[in-house]
Amino acid sequence: MWVFLATEVLFFGGMFLTYSIYRHAYPSAFIAASREMIVWAGTINTAVLITSSLTVVLAVHAAAAGQRRALLLFLMITILLGFVFLGIKGYEYWTEFGEHHFPGRSFQFDARYAPQAEIFFSLYFMMTGLHAVHMIIGIGIMAVMFWLSWRGTITREYSSPIEISGLYWHFVDIVWIFLFPLLYLVGRHVH
Amino acid sequence: MSTEHAISKRSYYTVFFVLLVCTYLTWQIAYFDLGPLNTVVALAIAIFKAALVVLFFMHVRTSPRLTWVVVVASLFWLGILLVLTASDYLTRHWI
Repeated sequence: MWVFLATEVLFFGGMFLTYSIYRHAYPSAFIAASREMIVWAGTINTAVLITSSLTVVLAVHAAAAGQRRALLLFLMITILLGFVFLGIKGYEYWTEFGEHHFPGRSFQFDARYAPQAEIFFSLYFMMTGLHAVHMIIGIGIMAVMFWLSWRGTITREYSSPIEISGLYWHFVDIVWIFLFPLLYLVGRHVH
Repeated sequence: MSTEHAISKRSYYTVFFVLLVCTYLTWQIAYFDLGPLNTVVALAIAIFKAALVVLFFMHVRTSPRLTWVVVVASLFWLGILLVLTASDYLTRHWI
């Protein structure tokens, strides 16, 4: 899992790199576009993911201690928090599509910044979309872990599947920790 | 995989609390005009949060050397990716 995560670092790293180059090239358009983000949604989602990372470590802890009930409970909360995150993200996408901020023929933005702001929104949808795909896979993995724990396959002696799945979940949390300030908080200081 | 971890439940809650405080700080600091420092501060807090998650939640702090090697190698490759590309884009106007 660690080696896979190393490849994931470079996968997302490429997108962060592209973001950095375009932000460096068009700072004022990126500020204008970033101000359109729904900050409360991004902030709450950051807290949701951090909380889900806590429930994951508590699940790993419970698995290693052989506490089946606690393990099932924490896995369930983790899955629910994953859905809360996706729900809030979905609400944001829905709002942004309604405001014609999705890149393409119907894209609308302040004419001074429109072409460059479209690049920001392309990056925004690609980066958060790729992150959301990882969230969906993470929820799937946690659902399988819930099933394995329910069946009794996971025991005090054999708890590493929970730990390894947890690594993936934490990685996806870390990606969001960087996405949040870079996409939502750029240019909040400009009045 | 080692399942023995010297990290207690209590430290998980502490790390969780620090992560929430850091999120609040990032969010609030973004509204103050610090010039170019805004991005620097936001990234510094994000790196600190990521380090907490890696060291405590992902148990790297108490993991074998092999895990450390993979973590450091991935950061090293990321560094190559970022530094080499930046050294191209940031210096194009020099010539």
